[in-house]
Amino acid sequence: MRLTYSLPLSIVASMAAFAQPALAQDAVAAEVGTHGVFILNSLLFLIGGFLVMFMAAGFCMLEAGLVRAKNTTTQLTKNIALFSLAAVGYYLIGYNLMYPLGSWSVDGVFSALFPAIAVMEPVGVAADAVDDLSYASTASDYFFQLMFCAATASIVSGTVAERIKLWPFLIFTIVLTAFIYPLQASWKWGGGFLDAAGFLDFAGSSVVHSVGGWAALAGALILGPRLGKYKDGRVIPMPGANLPLATLGTFILWLGWFGFNGGSQLAMGTIGDVADVSRIFANTNAAAAGGALVALVLTQVLYGKADLTMVLNGALAGLVSITAEPLTPSLGMATIIGGVGGLIVVFTVPLLDKLKIDDVIGAIPVHLIAGIWGTLAVVITNSDASLGTQIYGIVVIGAFTFIASGIVWFILAKTMGIRVTAEQEMAGLDNSELGMESYPEFTR
Amino acid sequence: MKYVIGIIQPSKLEAVREALAGLGISGMTVTEVQGYGRQQGKSEIYRGAEYEVHFLPKVKIELAVSSATAPDVIEAIKLAAHTNKIGDGKIFVLDLTEAVRIRTGEQGADAL
Repeated sequence: MRLTYSLPLSIVASMAAFAQPALAQDAVAAEVGTHGVFILNSLLFLIGGFLVMFMAAGFCMLEAGLVRAKNTTTQLTKNIALFSLAAVGYYLIGYNLMYPLGSWSVDGVFSALFPAIAVMEPVGVAADAVDDLSYASTASDYFFQLMFCAATASIVSGTVAERIKLWPFLIFTIVLTAFIYPLQASWKWGGGFLDAAGFLDFAGSSVVHSVGGWAALAGALILGPRLGKYKDGRVIPMPGANLPLATLGTFILWLGWFGFNGGSQLAMGTIGDVADVSRIFANTNAAAAGGALVALVLTQVLYGKADLTMVLNGALAGLVSITAEPLTPSLGMATIIGGVGGLIVVFTVPLLDKLKIDDVIGAIPVHLIAGIWGTLAVVITNSDASLGTQIYGIVVIGAFTFIASGIVWFILAKTMGIRVTAEQEMAGLDNSELGMESYPEFTR
Repeated sequence: MKYVIGIIQPSKLEAVREALAGLGISGMTVTEVQGYGRQQGKSEIYRGAEYEVHFLPKVKIELAVSSATAPDVIEAIKLAAHTNKIGDGKIFVLDLTEAVRIRTGEQGADAL
């Protein structure tokens, strides 16, 4: 039984205790009540949201650490700019494109572009005037979902680093955050046709991570590799400038992921929901550890020395792998699912180099390929999932994102050009794009 | 007077400094440098791809000494910087025609 009241919980609880000592006290003590559910759900979104927000710092530091010093300032600039642009694109178009709330222009496929700006509940809204009393405050939901949209855009910037022009990249970010990401997300999380088909993706192994990865892959193919990366059939590594920053970035992402996956429970108002959020936190951590450890051991065995950058990518691949189903696995299974993510990194990073696809920070193995694995891995522990439907979702989202991103990158390449000149690339983007060094007092 | 240049392993700098201090050498100049000799760099692995590091980090020490102490200085550097592994470095010795102490204007061996 649920009680409906408008006074703070504790006051009602004590009043009820006076009025009907045994019965009401039990009922109130047993459940938090409608307002309590609304408040706790909103709180989950706010906490989850600011944790996911901090993932922007994680991506930024990971990328700053894995590019060469001469491109650092540009990479930092792209990261703060893309995060801010996502806030505008998602507000103007993305949020309502992603959540049609049942009113589709094309049923299950397309919400509507206009009028589409996100609108919050009024100041000091009363309980009977909120958009959905059984869910959470609209602003908390918007805030939480915006951060996922921004994370998708963050994934792209690392792959195309060290050779892309600043402004074409930012224009791509607007299209990605306002249209591409929200549209495909509406097919699953907005209640569209993938959701109706039974496709399962809890926090976005496909909807967020693979989408970022597909957009990055399309960009990397059209942009081409960095100068001198592939010479005479050999791979010429370009080691990152600052591994402490890359490691810090990975730990920040690891932390943020608790909000990413835990918040995606979307509810914290019952014992069951809180227990589930707790399971998700523990499983998310287990998967990251599994991914890092597999990469650590494998690089030692394969190359004779452990490779820190692969271990960092391994932890992130473990996190991406568990994101499609962080709830149902046991801790042991979560560790294994994440461990396979680490395995994927160690084998697909060199594979991409063989194909001459230059991915500066390894976002394609981590987000795209581990994202596909994570989406498939749902069937291992969740009996509601079917392998065929998971593959269907992966293919639909992948084909749409890859083609749509490819078209945008192609148009940008043909109109304003997306790549700096060879001279500018050799001098470094900090010099050519910004005229500002990241470490001006360091000698080289 | 002799001008002694030692290219040594960075990890051996402190041992060389101690050995030279034991000889009463009153000054030296140290520079972090990169380079290669017969070793021709070495190969490393980054993200699964092997690559050549052509220039290895070394430390260059430079000292101006009297001709009489030069053999002892060379011997001290040789012993202190020695690991018997490839990459231990080299010592070069030049004739030094003049030295000036800027503060006092002393010249020649007095300025050392």
